Amino acid sequence: METKKKGLTLAGKQLAAGWLFLTPATLLIFVMSFWPMIQAFLTSFKSGKGVNIHWADPLFVNYTRMLQDTMFIQAMKNTFLYLIIQVPIMLILAILLAQLLNNKDLKFKGFFRTCIFLPCATSLVSYSLIFKSMFATQGLFNTILVNLGILKENFNFLGTPWSAKLVIILALIWRWTGYNMVFYLAGLQNIEYSVYEAAKIDGANGWKTFWNITVPLLKPTIVMTFIMSINGTLQLFDESVNLTKGGPAGATMTMSHYIYNQSFGQGVGNFGYTSALCFVVFILVAILAVINLKVGDTRD
Amino acid sequence: MTKKKNRSMIQRRLIPTYIFLIFWAFISVFPFYWMITAATNNTVDVARGVISFGHDTVINFQNLLKSGQDGARLWDSLRNSFVYSIAQTLICLFICSLAGYGFELYHDKYKDRLFGILLLAMMVPQVATLVPLFTMMSKMGLLNSVGGFVLPAISTPFMIMMFRQNSRNFPPDIMEAARIDGLPEWKIFFKMYLPVQKSTYAAAGVICFMNSWNAYMWPKVVMADNRAQTMPMFIANMAAGYTVDYGMLMMGVLFCSIPTMIIFFVLQKQFAEGITGAVK
Repeated sequence: METKKKGLTLAGKQLAAGWLFLTPATLLIFVMSFWPMIQAFLTSFKSGKGVNIHWADPLFVNYTRMLQDTMFIQAMKNTFLYLIIQVPIMLILAILLAQLLNNKDLKFKGFFRTCIFLPCATSLVSYSLIFKSMFATQGLFNTILVNLGILKENFNFLGTPWSAKLVIILALIWRWTGYNMVFYLAGLQNIEYSVYEAAKIDGANGWKTFWNITVPLLKPTIVMTFIMSINGTLQLFDESVNLTKGGPAGATMTMSHYIYNQSFGQGVGNFGYTSALCFVVFILVAILAVINLKVGDTRD
Repeated sequence: MTKKKNRSMIQRRLIPTYIFLIFWAFISVFPFYWMITAATNNTVDVARGVISFGHDTVINFQNLLKSGQDGARLWDSLRNSFVYSIAQTLICLFICSLAGYGFELYHDKYKDRLFGILLLAMMVPQVATLVPLFTMMSKMGLLNSVGGFVLPAISTPFMIMMFRQNSRNFPPDIMEAARIDGLPEWKIFFKMYLPVQKSTYAAAGVICFMNSWNAYMWPKVVMADNRAQTMPMFIANMAAGYTVDYGMLMMGVLFCSIPTMIIFFVLQKQFAEGITGAVK
């Protein structure tokens, strides 16, 4: 080995070094991401629990079973509801805030940016619990609303399906708007100020400049934040577990939460079935990622 | 004179902007204020929605110290979180920077292709890896250990991409010069590349630490033993009971948030750079 290494040419050494540098990271990704994914795919065609696991007969039984699984369908509906309502509101707010903060005449810019970015400093569990305490039946918001006379008596926000969903959406908007704003701020700083000056001279108003200059120039950033948010929302877990426990009666449960409960919640899970559910999540994420690549291609 | 007038007119036109920004800044900061005041009140006052500072800080803190079982109390969970997060951050920075450096500065078409494949890992949902990884870790005897905690998280496409992007500003001429001087390849990485990439390491390190401090789903699976639990698990368990002492809970949430908040305030620039780092 020693002599062989000595025999390598300088170019050969460089080649070996290059591959060596990326080996640990590559191996880890293959073993910790791709291999489990392949295993989940294979397991999704098996049934039985624990050591009694065997190939399912018929093979697709796990996939047909989920069509009758009302809880999973409910979880899927919930997740998509969060996606459709929360992601657009959050991104529009983020882009608006970034645009406002990018004004060179604005004072206290740093202060505003820090405040708006601050929610990112909390862990997902922490902010879920903070929101849980604020929206509790005996809690801050009920007190405020009753004192203002908007509510006659305390309302069980987290125990009523529509309001529990609303609280989760509000919490998500609170946590992630500042995060996305950071991307837009970075994107906006790359736009030359002279472009805006020129637009002003041409008589374009704020709204027109926003739509005709800011949005097109930020398009790559918008696409990326959009996809990241979709990916994150499809995998929502911490909020569902800690804010509402998925309740009431599964009205706020997300797909990841349901799969987790099925796998580790009570006793030994039916891993064949949960793997099939996981694969559905994977397919959804993959479809959206492919759309991302397609849209991203038209960038130039 | 006219300039001054002009300036005040501009500021006047910005009034709606200021109002909106103050409004959103208030919304962003208020839950933090709530968390801090609630940690000083007893649970009855928290339920009543008292938003001023109370006198129960010490009692809440004492209750917090008593909560949980032996070996799974506040300090244990805090220590666990610090150990796991620091370990994960250091290993992740080393492995991913090495890979990013390799992919960018030794790149050829095979490596580019491999990099494209690695990016696909971004699509793998975390929940799908739970069962296979749990089985793997239990076979390797890594349940409830630092190894089990960090292994799935120390190599991510995001981090590799971030180091790869930032390696672009590292001039290949320097490497050539170093080679002529007879420096071996690994020494070029440690002696020449590492020192000039300090800001990248700082940004990546902040993100990595935050992610591992905040991790919840995977630790919940792999750190099932109470003594191995992390800070987020500690407060989540505290809130899972039927009767929750909200004053004590918020004290716990505060403890869970202090490290990340300190990092946020001290290294805000690096944090923002880290978030956007991989997508320049």
